[in-house]
Order: sequence, then C-alpha cells, then structure tokens
Amino acid sequence: MIRLVLAAFVLMLVTLPARAEIDIQELTTPGGADIWLVEEHSIPFVALELRFRGGASLDAPGKRGAINLMVATLEEGAGDMNAREFARASEALAAGFSYSVNDDAVSVSARFLTENRGEAVALLRESLVNPTFSQGAIDRVRGQVLSIIQSNLKDPRAIAGRAFDALVYGDHPYASSKNGTVESVTALTRDDIVAAHDAALARNRLYVSAVGDITAEEVTALVDSLLDGLPETDAPLPGPAGLNLPGGVQVVDFATPQSVATFAQPGIDREDPDFFAAYLLNEILGGSGTESRLMQEVREKRGLTYGVYSYLVDKDAAQIWAGSVASANDRIAEAIEVIRAEWARIAKDGVTAKELEDAKTYMTGAYPLRFDGNAAIANIAVAMQMEGLSPDYIANRNDMVDAVTLEQINRVARERLDPERLTFVVVGAPEGLSSTIN
Amino acid sequence: MRDRIITAPFAHLAALVALLCLPLAASADDQVTSFTLDNGMQALVIEDHRAPVVVHMVWYRAGSADEEPGSSGVAHFLEHLLFKGTDTLAPGEFSATVARNGGNDNAFTNYDYTGYYQRVAADRLELMMRMESDRMVNLRLDENDIATERDVILEERNQRVENNPSALFREQRNAAQYLNHRYGVPIIGWRREMRELDLEKALAFYERNYAPNNAVLVVAGDVTPDEVRALAEKYYGPIPANPDLAPRDRPQEPRQIAARRITYQDARVAQPYVMRSYLAPERDHGAQQQAAALALLAELLGGGTTSVMAEKLQFDTQVAVQAQAWYDGTSLDDTTFSLLVVPADGVSLEEAEEAMDAVIAGFLEDGVDEDQLSRIKKGLRAAQIYARDDVERLANRYGAALTQGLTVEDVQAWPDILQATTSDEIMAAARAVFDPAKSVTGWLTAPEVTQ
Repeated sequence: MIRLVLAAFVLMLVTLPARAEIDIQELTTPGGADIWLVEEHSIPFVALELRFRGGASLDAPGKRGAINLMVATLEEGAGDMNAREFARASEALAAGFSYSVNDDAVSVSARFLTENRGEAVALLRESLVNPTFSQGAIDRVRGQVLSIIQSNLKDPRAIAGRAFDALVYGDHPYASSKNGTVESVTALTRDDIVAAHDAALARNRLYVSAVGDITAEEVTALVDSLLDGLPETDAPLPGPAGLNLPGGVQVVDFATPQSVATFAQPGIDREDPDFFAAYLLNEILGGSGTESRLMQEVREKRGLTYGVYSYLVDKDAAQIWAGSVASANDRIAEAIEVIRAEWARIAKDGVTAKELEDAKTYMTGAYPLRFDGNAAIANIAVAMQMEGLSPDYIANRNDMVDAVTLEQINRVARERLDPERLTFVVVGAPEGLSSTIN
Repeated sequence: MRDRIITAPFAHLAALVALLCLPLAASADDQVTSFTLDNGMQALVIEDHRAPVVVHMVWYRAGSADEEPGSSGVAHFLEHLLFKGTDTLAPGEFSATVARNGGNDNAFTNYDYTGYYQRVAADRLELMMRMESDRMVNLRLDENDIATERDVILEERNQRVENNPSALFREQRNAAQYLNHRYGVPIIGWRREMRELDLEKALAFYERNYAPNNAVLVVAGDVTPDEVRALAEKYYGPIPANPDLAPRDRPQEPRQIAARRITYQDARVAQPYVMRSYLAPERDHGAQQQAAALALLAELLGGGTTSVMAEKLQFDTQVAVQAQAWYDGTSLDDTTFSLLVVPADGVSLEEAEEAMDAVIAGFLEDGVDEDQLSRIKKGLRAAQIYARDDVERLANRYGAALTQGLTVEDVQAWPDILQATTSDEIMAAARAVFDPAKSVTGWLTAPEVTQ
C-alpha cells in the first residue's frame, strides 16, 4: 500500500505544473494614463484597481494621519452629494468602491456592472476628483479614526507593530502609525485634508489595471473620463529608510496572557539577483505551510505556538526579513530561543537538495493558482506595475524560480541571514526575558 | 494558519471602511451539479473554467454543537489531529504532499460542521481525493500527537480569545444567550475542558461522525461533473456508510422568558460598546421566508451607511462611531439577530443603549423605506453576478448550507425569496424578533479607575 501511494506521488510530480496564461494588454490613453487590461467577457462586470504611489508616507511634517483621514473621507460626500446621497447613489448602481492606504500607496478598488458602467465611473470620479471634505464629514470620520487609535493602544499586536516600527525606522515616516496619534489627528484641519488630497492622489503617480467585461477602446475612454481633473504633483517621495536592527530583545510590558513577538533582520530588494534564492530560502525557513522549519520546530515538535512565520517585506523605502510568533508568557522565551537557533542553523548549514526541490515545486505550482478571478488578477496586475515588472514576467517567473541552484541558495543563506542582527520586540508579560535594547 | 474557526459575524472595530455586506446570494444555477454516491455521500460540483484551479472540500455534518457535554473543543481538536498520520501517510505528510504539488490546504470548525479543503491545480484533484478519503477512516494517532497538539490548541485559544477582550465578551454573551443549546459553548472549547481532551475523546468523536453518509463533497473550479463523479466513486465510493449514524437531535432551547444583561470589564478595553442579541429563527428546508425577512431587516436597520441605525446614530445625531445590525440565517438550530452600538467619545453605554432602543422603537413605528428596500434588492441581484467571480466563496456557501439543514434547491431558491419579500413581511419579522425576553444585552467596558 505504501509503495503504491508513493509511486502515484512520483507520477503526479512529473506532470508539469499549470502555466499562468494571462493575456495582458498594455494601453496608453489619449490623456496619457497607462493601463493594463485583461479582457474577460464571461461575467458582466469589471474589476478596476488604482494605486497612487506615496501613500501615508506623504504626510506633511506634524500632520501624521492626514492622508489616512483624507482617504477615509473620500466617500463621505462628493460633487453635489453629501455622504448619505453618495452612498445611496452607489447602492442604486450596485457598484462597490473601497478606498485604503498603506505606507507606500493609496489604493482604490472598484467593481461595477456592465449595464451601468458609465454612471458608476462618473460617481467614482466624483469621490476622487471632487470630494467635499465637509467639516461634518471630517469630524465624523475623525471620531472613527480616534476610536481605532485608542483601541490599538491596548491591542498587543498593534502595540508590537508600533514599537517595532519606532525602533527600526528611526526618523522615516515608516516609524510611526499611518493613523497618526490622538494629538495629531485631533489637530488636523480641513485645509490639512485638502493638502493631503493634493499630495496623495496625483495622476502622475498612478497605476491602473482593469479586468473584466470591457474592451481596450472602452477602457481607455473610461479611465480618461475617470481621471479628468485630477492634478499632478511634485511632492517628494521619502528616501530610503535607515534600518536600526541591532539584534537582541525589546520587551514592552503589557498585562495579557500571551506574549506577541515581531522580529526582523535586514532584507533583500526584489531587483537583487539573489531575490528568488532568498524567497525560496524564506519558504523553507518560515513560509506559509506547516512544513517550514520554524513551524516544525516551534509548533509541531514543541507545541509552543499556534503559528510562527517569516516573510520578506519589500517596501518602497526599506527591505526587511521579518517574522512573528505568539506564545504564552511562560513559553515565549523558549519559542524565541528555538527561532534564533533555527535562524543560525540555516545560515550556517544551508538547506538540503530535497528542501529546495520541494520549495520550488510549491512555489511554481502555486503561482498560476493566484490568477483565479477578475478581482485577483486586477490586484496582481497593478502590483506588478508598481514593482516595475513587465507583463511577460508572468510567463517567465517560474523559470527564474527553477533557475536557483543549491549552491546559490546556500551562499545566500550564509551571506544574508544574520542571527546577530535578528531583533525581537515582545509585548506581554514574558517570563525569563528582559530588554537588551533601550 | 492551520485552521480557522468560523464564528458568527463580529463587529470589526478596526474596520473603518466597511464594505457593503449583503446577505447570502448564491446563484448561477447552471454552474452547479449535485449527486449522491451509493454510500450516502452527497457531492456538489461548481464549474468555473476560467483558471486551471480546483478547490476540493469535504464537509462533515459534525461541529462543536455535536460534542458530548464535558469535552468542549473536541471537534476542533480532532480537526487538528486529522493532519497527523494515517495507515499510509506519516504525520504532516498530507500537507507536505499538497505543498509539493503547488497547493494549499486547510481546515475549519464551526458549531454545525467541520471542513477540510485543498486548493490545487485542476490536474491534481485525484491525489487530493485519494488522501482525503484515506483520512476519513484510516486515522492513526498516538499519545505524543495528542500532548503536543493540545498545547497548540491552547496557544490558539490564547491567541484568539484570551488575548482579546472582545472575544472573551462574545463567549460570555453566547453562554447567556443559549440556556440549553451547545451554541452557548465556544467552538474552541472552555479552557479547563480543553486541557482534559485526550485520545479517547478525539477518537470517539471521529468514529461517531466521520463517515461518507455524514459528509458532503464540494469540488469547485476547472472540472466537469463527470470527472468528479468518476473520481468520487473511485475514492469515496468504496468507504462503507456508518449504519449507526445517529440523527442530529441536539438539546434545543426552552422557552426563553427573561431578558439577560451582562457586563464584562477588562483593563484591555479601550473602546467600550454595547451589543444586543435576540434569539431568532434560522433558514429551514423549504421554509426560508422568515429568515429572508430578517436578512433584509438587518440590512435596512444596520447594514451600512444608508441604514436606519447609521442615519439616526451617526448622521442625525453623533451618538455612535459605529452602529450595525446583522443576522446569519444559515444555522442548523436557533440563531441570533444582533445589534451593535459603539458610542462616540463622551457618550455613555447607557445613553448608547437608550439611543439604540429608540431607533428600534422608531423603526417599528415608521416602517420600511421602500426606496431603501429596492436599492438593497438591486444590490442583491448584482451580488449574484459578482459571486461568480469567486467560486471558492460559492463553494463555502453551499458547503455551509448543506451541513446546516438546507438543500441545493433551498440555496438556489434563496435569491428569489429575498426578492419576493415584502415590507409587511419584514415588519412582521421585526415585531416577532425584538422580544426582550429572548435577548441578551452586553456591555464591554474597562474597569472604573479609582484614584
């Protein structure tokens, strides 16, 4: 029986993984906007993704939280509509708009039906180009933001995130929460919100993708009408962040039963020739499944946590190799010890040929599975543009993964993984663990 | 993460931009094919040929509410243990094999069901079926598996519940809501009972519940019904039905006659709020009208920016920073209809609760705004179109429905029932559900600080 099952596994493995075949059209509108389009006419709707580079890092000095508050207020009144009228209009069209911001970009995700596409896009345009930013709307949304800020002050994960950013990113915008503080958000005026809008929603920083029931001709006209009146900006983007990762532990005392830890060392740029080797290495060390070394050692063998992961973080202005774990206060010290030991072991001894092979088949097999819907493809397409990738990356990416050799990945492990600089921020009441970093 | 526990929708205080969340509207009947194997295993195929992907799921009609008293959490514990070995697979080999084939796998436990799924390239479906059918009956566990995995679920409870005052508050509210039904016991289990879970309890739950005649196979993606039927007959077909499978007649709620109030104080609460839940009827096979009325009622009252609660509490007055109502009718036994008000700065919980009650009273007086109802129905029709973009979500809806007392026909009738529901029916459902004797009102707050 065992023999039969194994034979079958081998048979399945030699079957080539599915190829991602996505036909991306690169378009430029008469108005000068670049769009990636994937036509998919089987369902009568379109998923449209917009990204404005810069995001919360464009907050003006002393105005932390302005861009976050601005983005949250976009749909709270626009053109001749107040917040409720705008919401009723989008409901009547059965269109869905969502607006969000992170450290590097403002994101707008829209979906709308073919039957009323023109009206839906006209409505979306009002929120992007003509938001009202009435004092009432700003104050109402400000109350929601302040509630979130207050809640995050007592949430162990949020505390860990803030302490980590403050420790690592120095005077870069990444060092503080995009939400701002109670003081900074309370002090924001309508003028600050208008200025944030001018800085963060500029057409010369925009990336667009569309997937669904629409042609090239239709989408170029649609995007030009959407962006009509959106200004350009020359607000400078922040430069690279210096990374303060001295190694050691910083403990933030907080009365809760389970300690939450975030950890990191310096990372790697996506454009680095060793990027895919590092990506595979991370998959083996602390990737998504229970098969990773960290999950095996910390969870499966010792039962010290529900989940432990590592991940490469590639922000516009910083690259770190980070991770997270949570364990009861009397067990977190042991969990951290095991993580450190695994970090050192893989740096010193590298990975096995079998580990590399398994990580490759996982990564190459999983890749085409990502392209499984209009919304999913639109998200990938816009992210690729922001990364500076070309559409043929989709066809070539698995070859780049397969090209990584055992020699290369083990050299990268030696050169890049640095247990001495692996820095932990722990929030909770950990036993047997004290700060080595002030 | 290894698994996720699905619980009733919960107020995401951190979600600033709330997407319009419309009630379930599965559809596209032509995508869906169902059949039953000779051993009683039900199967469902949802076709989507746009990408070479398939989701393979097995849902068992057994969740935490099917546990024996005293062993809370065993359904979820067993879900974890199913990733340990079988006669032919070493511990961890199941997931490792899925990963080597470029797939992801996971599992989830709810009150009424336990489910296992893999997402893989369509040409790997056979391998998934071979492994999933294997662990339906051939699980092999030893004491070491038990001890380590019990530590893992205790850490999972720490992460999901003990570290989160809102989750602790929810456990207390559910316990107060259900006087007799197991819905009052947390899915993950009470801590002291979790510590006592052992091999014997896990295997007893497994033997009792894991069998083809208690399972639903759902395959969604780039497959045809013929392919699925052939593979299902090959792998699940030979497994004998459990002739002793017991009917799911679980302890039901007695008549509820006393309004309950709870206050949970926790120093980690930064944003107090008030929640009210009412015991409510669920969707039943062939009888979904009242549930449809309640689903629309939740949208009208507290579904989003244009809802009555938002109008009255966030726009006309600034009592709340968040105000919501929700109802999930997909449940085997009595479910709940819930209201949430997160007060604005300077507003007390008492004032927030009074304002919430005033909104309900006003709604019962004023009735349904027909324009609002027609916009919601328009959104529901569109949701059927958008739903086709996410076949995995459709698969989840069907799996949940078929393990919670509904049929494929019920799921497909639901959108039309929603469209046909009148404002009179909604008002009748509202008057019936807002019965204080069946309610729990909960306050979550920080302890008063004495200087």
